[in-house]
Amino acid sequence: MNFIKTIVAAGLVAATTTAAFAADITGAGATFPFPIYSKWADAYKKETGNGLNYQSIGSGGGIKQIQAKTVTFGASDAPLKAEQLEKDGLAQWPMVMGAIVPVVNLEGVKAGELVFDGETLANIYLGKITKWDDAAIKKLNPNVKLPSDAITVVRRSDGSGTTFNFTNYLSKASADWKSKVGEGTAVEWPVGVGAKGNEGVSGNISQTKNSIGYVEYAYAKQNKLTYTGLVNKAGKPVQPTVEAFQAAASNADWAKAPGYYVILTDQPGDKSWPITAATFILMHKDATDKAASQEAIKFFRWAFKNGGKAAEELDYIPMPDSVVQLIEKTWAAEIKS
Amino acid sequence: MAVQSDIVDDAGPYDRAKALSAFKLGDVTFYWITRLSAISVLLILGGIILSLIVGAFPAMKEYGFAFLWTQRWAPSADPPVLGALGPMYGTLVTSFIAMLIAIPVGLGIAIFLTELCPQWLRRPIGMAIELLAGIPSIIYGMWGFFVLGPFLANTFQPFMIKIFDGVPVLGAIFAGPPSYLSLFNAALILAIMVLPFITSISVDVFKTVPPVLKEAAYGVGCTTWEVVRSVVIPYTRVGIIGGVMLALGRALGETMAVTFIIGNSFRISSSIFAPGTTISAAIASEFAESDGLHQSGLILLGLLLFVLTFFVLAGARLMLMRLEKKAGK
Repeated sequence: MNFIKTIVAAGLVAATTTAAFAADITGAGATFPFPIYSKWADAYKKETGNGLNYQSIGSGGGIKQIQAKTVTFGASDAPLKAEQLEKDGLAQWPMVMGAIVPVVNLEGVKAGELVFDGETLANIYLGKITKWDDAAIKKLNPNVKLPSDAITVVRRSDGSGTTFNFTNYLSKASADWKSKVGEGTAVEWPVGVGAKGNEGVSGNISQTKNSIGYVEYAYAKQNKLTYTGLVNKAGKPVQPTVEAFQAAASNADWAKAPGYYVILTDQPGDKSWPITAATFILMHKDATDKAASQEAIKFFRWAFKNGGKAAEELDYIPMPDSVVQLIEKTWAAEIKS
Repeated sequence: MAVQSDIVDDAGPYDRAKALSAFKLGDVTFYWITRLSAISVLLILGGIILSLIVGAFPAMKEYGFAFLWTQRWAPSADPPVLGALGPMYGTLVTSFIAMLIAIPVGLGIAIFLTELCPQWLRRPIGMAIELLAGIPSIIYGMWGFFVLGPFLANTFQPFMIKIFDGVPVLGAIFAGPPSYLSLFNAALILAIMVLPFITSISVDVFKTVPPVLKEAAYGVGCTTWEVVRSVVIPYTRVGIIGGVMLALGRALGETMAVTFIIGNSFRISSSIFAPGTTISAAIASEFAESDGLHQSGLILLGLLLFVLTFFVLAGARLMLMRLEKKAGK
């Protein structure tokens, strides 16, 4: 009954009023930020009465739908390049961040004890390092007792933004990886077994001895997996913490990147976590339905202002204030009302 | 009777014609409704094939027939290098192993149920089989992932690897290292999943064997084994093959459970304990985040599965026809 009433009401509003009334904001795209977008939408609805309908269909689908103008905003884990944005008349900005952490299952090794650098991680995923007591791993971890067992490599089987950011980091850290495998949401993995989703990888790691994998920080934390530290671009070993993720975002040069095309992996700074990732929003600069566009911007502004705590509760990382200020300027300059 | 004839007498010739034409209208409507439903199947099937071909066209143009024997699957390369050999190999191998296990076990259960089983045990076993068919495939996938996988990797696979170590051919098929996620695990799950198809259809057709035939065979001193082998199975061969084909169709296309436990690796390994992938698992895994040629390649994989299934089923029909011809002589 309620549903029918809503439809009738919406129809009446559309037919009788000239000033467009607040219909639900529609968006589609990346699955990674879905939990926080829906939590924000919930709180926003309670506060303002305006709803958000977000379909998590994957980044590729999000890009396609915004290009086809079937939604008010699209969401993607991988940003579009400036030329592509220009071509489609789109504006783009980062909305919230996450981080990717290597996780291992090694007897006697606790979370945070091991440390890798990008080169070693790439060589493990290339199948060049096959034993846990390989010289390269030993050199990074002189105080950890490592078994001489074979490494079971676990990775994602589904196309995913997580894989995009992980392989992007490996490409930056290892020339060999860049030339042999490269980066993408799905790549030609030289070794390893593929598991579906973050939950698949976490499940696999917790079951398989002597395994290594990569998951979203939230999954590592919630499933109490043994995450490892990483040596960042500045050569400092860092642990995956919210401060380290935010450091990576703050140290990134957003202001000079057209369309905020910054991939947060391997950012400079002593404290930066090397595999941090932002998830992006895409909107038409000159949308056919300007009222809907403005509604969406209102929602995003509200989320930046009030949504930080909710994001942290779900183990997302809010954008630093300096970046939010830049984004506000972008909205004023680019989105036509 | 009297009442009926009264009505007919009262109705008169004119009314009778009218009534008949009313019936005729009903008949014609019924005929067309059923006919249209039947034709709609062809239309839907044609539509699916057509849209698959349209979607797959860019990939067909790019890769041509080389798609069939290219083993690389590198969607992130520029331009993407895509080949179907890995998933096709996985699809055929897992289905083959699954049938190898499921056919004898399924027939065994069916024979036991119809010929040997004491009355009181029939219902529980029959119901268990039906339950097996009713379990959603995701549950099989999860069970395979959490229970079967670890058991196989820790117990069964090391044992097999040790036994066949050094034996030519078999040594390569059962080569290590043991893995939680492998072609073999997926095949085993598939075997369990298709078991009910083979069993319940076999049970149904076994019940159609005229008791006279069996009694006659027993009468001349046949053992149960001989009755099953020489009377029941020849009599129901067509039905059994139908059940096996239905099971094979399911095994070729099963997606969710397989995606969970096959390891999703596009490389072909001689060992069945190595991770692999199937056509449907590859599509399910990568479709959501794919675009351009990559997506078109996935649709082409879908078309291939369609064609593969078609050929398998057509082959089965041919075999059936030859069998029937032979029996006819």
